[in-house]
Amino acid sequence: MSLPARIATVVVAFLAVVGGVVFVLAHYLLATPPTVDFTAGHVPGQPVSMTFMTDPVNDVSSHPDWVSYFARSPQTGQWVHSTIWQLPAHTRINVTAYEFDTCDPLRNQLMGEVTGTIGDVMTVSGEANGVNGTGISVVNSDTTCGVAHTFSAPELGLNVPLEGVLYTAKNQCTQGPCAMSFTHTTTTFSFITPGPGLYRWQCFIPCGLATVDGNGHAMSTLGFMTGYLDVVA
Amino acid sequence: MAAAAEPTAPSAGRAGPNHGLRIFLLWLPAALAADLVIWFIWGPHLPPGAMSNSAASQQFDLQVLAVMAAPVMLGVLIYAAYAMITWRARGDEEEDGPPIEGNTKVQLSWITISTVLVLFLAAFGTYELVVPAGAGAGEGPSPIWKPDGKPLVVQVIAQQWLFTYRYPQYGGMETAQLELPVGQPVQFNVTSLDVIHSFWAYQLGVKADANPQVNNVAYTTPGHTGQVTVRCAELCGLWHGAMFDYGQVVSVAAFQAWANHTEVAMTKITKTLPPYALTYTPNEIKGLANFFYQAGLPGAGGGYYGNQYYPNEP
Repeated sequence: MSLPARIATVVVAFLAVVGGVVFVLAHYLLATPPTVDFTAGHVPGQPVSMTFMTDPVNDVSSHPDWVSYFARSPQTGQWVHSTIWQLPAHTRINVTAYEFDTCDPLRNQLMGEVTGTIGDVMTVSGEANGVNGTGISVVNSDTTCGVAHTFSAPELGLNVPLEGVLYTAKNQCTQGPCAMSFTHTTTTFSFITPGPGLYRWQCFIPCGLATVDGNGHAMSTLGFMTGYLDVVA
Repeated sequence: MAAAAEPTAPSAGRAGPNHGLRIFLLWLPAALAADLVIWFIWGPHLPPGAMSNSAASQQFDLQVLAVMAAPVMLGVLIYAAYAMITWRARGDEEEDGPPIEGNTKVQLSWITISTVLVLFLAAFGTYELVVPAGAGAGEGPSPIWKPDGKPLVVQVIAQQWLFTYRYPQYGGMETAQLELPVGQPVQFNVTSLDVIHSFWAYQLGVKADANPQVNNVAYTTPGHTGQVTVRCAELCGLWHGAMFDYGQVVSVAAFQAWANHTEVAMTKITKTLPPYALTYTPNEIKGLANFFYQAGLPGAGGGYYGNQYYPNEP
């Protein structure tokens, strides 16, 4: 092989290796889900509405059997497969959560308590919602199979156990994002965002099935059962 | 220098300055100053500070080691600097320097001093390792010593990715807030619900592994009020870096008020918690096995909760 050919071979091989490393870094390690923007058009002092759902399946990723959150884009009304949500600081966020998954027990029943929301309560459609409908403050996941997932941001003291669908329920969701015609529960609550910052949130049900301690897969991947609240000024 | 460039026979007597004396006179004040700075200025500010005496033994050890090491390090550096300045080649000098000959006095001094230092540090380290108790680390389920008085028991429960704290002396309440009274012995019972974590209460000088199915006991006595940073010190998964919180050391009265109020406020959730125990096995939660069995499910986390257990044989 001639000298130019050797040099060309080495250069091509080198570029291929570098290209491969860059591709892996950019495509797998540094890739993040899109940010769902709840700040556009926000009027200071006014609350912001945020809607998300938790699904037992998803048809938008390479892991269709992973449980997943979806957020509804306020701009398009479409469900976005993302767990990175941008919110305005020091603002009341009115949340509506649709829960389509069946229940699992909490690893630590303390996470069955509603905290960090306004009044430390939530309301669930079709339930008595506490005394005089003021809201639910505690859900026991052990005895009633009451919790499917949680929406928890430890740094904010925010924890909302989302009540699940009974295993015996009919018409369970089989395609995510789930259509509203599938059996689901509807939870509403409100919380006040803190100052600007990036706050992680996660589910505290070990719902990463078939992984050690149930905290792998969906539980450890942005876009599924954990993400950020990107609070901006 | 002429003396270095043109070596003279030993019998010729001292032909140049006494380099050893010069180096010694440079080294002595530097070593004294360094040791005084280490002992009186740097030492009292060694991490993790003085909120408790749990790390006092390690702080003392570090001070002693630094005081011993600084003169040695300065001796090497000063000698090297002196040699480079004094015996450097000048101008267009190209020939080799004078041959190095043995110096029995220097060699014996070096060996003797090194031996004394190393043996002392070996003895000191062994003594410090064995005698002082309560290093702030976990001592397993059966500590070989206990602090005087009745400690406040705080169970540290780690899980991916959060620490929670249970107070068995206050109705078994569990909170995400670490609150401690000043001046009172505290017994941390550290455990985990899933993987291995490590409870690191930095300012208190406490770092104890949190292992599932293990009760790891660590003691401390907060010396003054203030904030305590709690971090997980064992790589435990995606949110390991975010597994931190801030505890508070408050006055005894403030702690009592907080504890009494929290115990009442947490009554509803406390009733749903498993009975206080030194360790917890999630797949032995009351009703859980039965629930999964009836549902025909392997349980969350695949086999962790276990498809191997049966309602009648938990």
